[in-house]
Amino acid sequence: MAFDILEPGLATSVQDLGRLGYYNVGIPQGGAMDQLSASMANALVGNAETDAVLECAYLGPKFTTDTDAVIAVTGAPVQVRINGTATEQWTRLALYAGDEVSFGMLSGGTRYYIAVQGGIDVPLVLGSRSTYALGALGGLQGRALKAGDTVPVGTVEPSGPRPVRESIPEDLRPAYAKEVTVRILPGLYDHRLTAEGMETLVSASWKLTPVADRTGLRYSGPDIAWKPRTQPFGAGSDPSNIVDAGYAVGSIQIPGGKEPIVLHRDAVSGGGYAMVATVISADMDVVARSAPGTVTHFEPVTMEQALVARADAARTRRAVWE
Amino acid sequence: MSQASQQLEAARYTWGGDEFLFVEIAESMSLAANFKANAMATRLSARAVDGVVDICPANASLLLRFDPDIVPPDRLESLVREVEEEVAQLSEQTLQTRIIEIPVWYDDPYTRETGARFRKGHQRPDGTDLDFAAEENGLSSSQEFIRKHHESPWLVSMVGFVAGLPFMFQIVPQEEQLEVPKYLSPRTDTPPLTVGHGGCFACIYSVRGAGGYQMFGIAAAPIFDPAQKLADFSDFMIFFRPGDIVKFRPVDEGEYKAIQAEVDAGTFTYRQAPVTFDLQKALADPTAHNRDILEKLHGL
Repeated sequence: MAFDILEPGLATSVQDLGRLGYYNVGIPQGGAMDQLSASMANALVGNAETDAVLECAYLGPKFTTDTDAVIAVTGAPVQVRINGTATEQWTRLALYAGDEVSFGMLSGGTRYYIAVQGGIDVPLVLGSRSTYALGALGGLQGRALKAGDTVPVGTVEPSGPRPVRESIPEDLRPAYAKEVTVRILPGLYDHRLTAEGMETLVSASWKLTPVADRTGLRYSGPDIAWKPRTQPFGAGSDPSNIVDAGYAVGSIQIPGGKEPIVLHRDAVSGGGYAMVATVISADMDVVARSAPGTVTHFEPVTMEQALVARADAARTRRAVWE
Repeated sequence: MSQASQQLEAARYTWGGDEFLFVEIAESMSLAANFKANAMATRLSARAVDGVVDICPANASLLLRFDPDIVPPDRLESLVREVEEEVAQLSEQTLQTRIIEIPVWYDDPYTRETGARFRKGHQRPDGTDLDFAAEENGLSSSQEFIRKHHESPWLVSMVGFVAGLPFMFQIVPQEEQLEVPKYLSPRTDTPPLTVGHGGCFACIYSVRGAGGYQMFGIAAAPIFDPAQKLADFSDFMIFFRPGDIVKFRPVDEGEYKAIQAEVDAGTFTYRQAPVTFDLQKALADPTAHNRDILEKLHGL
């Protein structure tokens, strides 16, 4: 069972929950950027949450299926078409052998997800099917899809789980807003910023630039002042430089005091730029859903607040599976 | 307590959101700071703490990823502080590791061509990265820089950035460290296996891609092999581990191509030998320390 890719889309890749445990040698966690949407797609087709899906950015693929299949499309709002006829997102869809699936333009957000009953069945690499394109690892031959690819789909056990729900009610679906608040925990090298610098970070309106991908997202806004200092040995010449260190996923760096960068799931694992805060785990999906131009406010929270938000996010995710 | 660890103050603990603990051993790079980061990482791994997902030792710091639903942040912090205390009490600061010979074609046409494409905006627009590095270090020629680059061994102080990329710190007194600023604006392209340099660190680019380090040459054999074809990769697709010691060996075009043929045939293996890295000895008399470990490699 397989999908035949007629057009690959802009950056369509196989993703799952990610590949933890290899960050110490530079292999990022990867996985679906918007974890909640990917999880909902799997729930709709009766997969396990660990099954792999297709992540589409902006421009989706066009493909046919070689057998009957059950799919669902979740994530950023986009028109889904089966044999040219518009149909729904956030619901289970039945395909017959030979059906062609294609997509219209996005009307918000960045990424959407296609789950298929049985899961995308590429080999597990280091415990995950996620694509790490820079390392040519995982996914379909370690890369984004190309025209002419055959994407294998897993066989469905007759006794396998039934889909837990037909569709995702509107109140459970994530929002794709033009203005968002992202909660951050200040820390790491925040003491290297001037007091005004930190104040600017948490009070300014930041606009997501088009320089945004699975590695990280860059925001435009006012300059942020670093404290001047004599740089320590090995740290590089700019006050925003440190001796190369490990990068927390979600951490915010501000090279040269300009245009903060939030590292995301395909982050480089380390480097020489000081980090000053980290997006809390509950809000990483919010960052992933942002389209260029999204006005973003970074709201400082405490560790206790971050852990409460984490528990809330876990409850929201579980609700889809109940 | 030893002299080297007395020089290091207590580490600084800080959080990277609700899933990362960052431990800054020192603001400055030193062999002692790197030794402490690695020693803490090794001991933490041995404890196999439930909920600790990744233990990433870096040049002068340590990053841990954890699941706060399994190990709460305050409990993790006290565990790591215990390990820091253990490491401070060590009477002997040694590391059982290996020395590896890495053949490099210095001043090769691949990095030369790439360097030429990114000359605009470079600190030395009309020369090469090697010319610039020689000048920055007050050396008379790029040949002299190359000699200093390969004559003393390097310690792998961190693996990361991208899959399997080693950062290396030369085992020489601080005043003899080769220091070269990074590119003013990063390149969008770097040939795979480029031997690079930024600040006081050497690196080998494991994959093709962006990069900001100055380029000096190209390593002849792979260091990242997702297909695990070569014998050195039978256990894992990534060759380097923190604590490895590297001796670069200059090769010419002929030998570079001969090694490539061995790689293609699947017969290439790195020349390597087990050695003991002794921090006190490396700090007190690096010349004698380096001579001893190089003998292990050459005695093969």
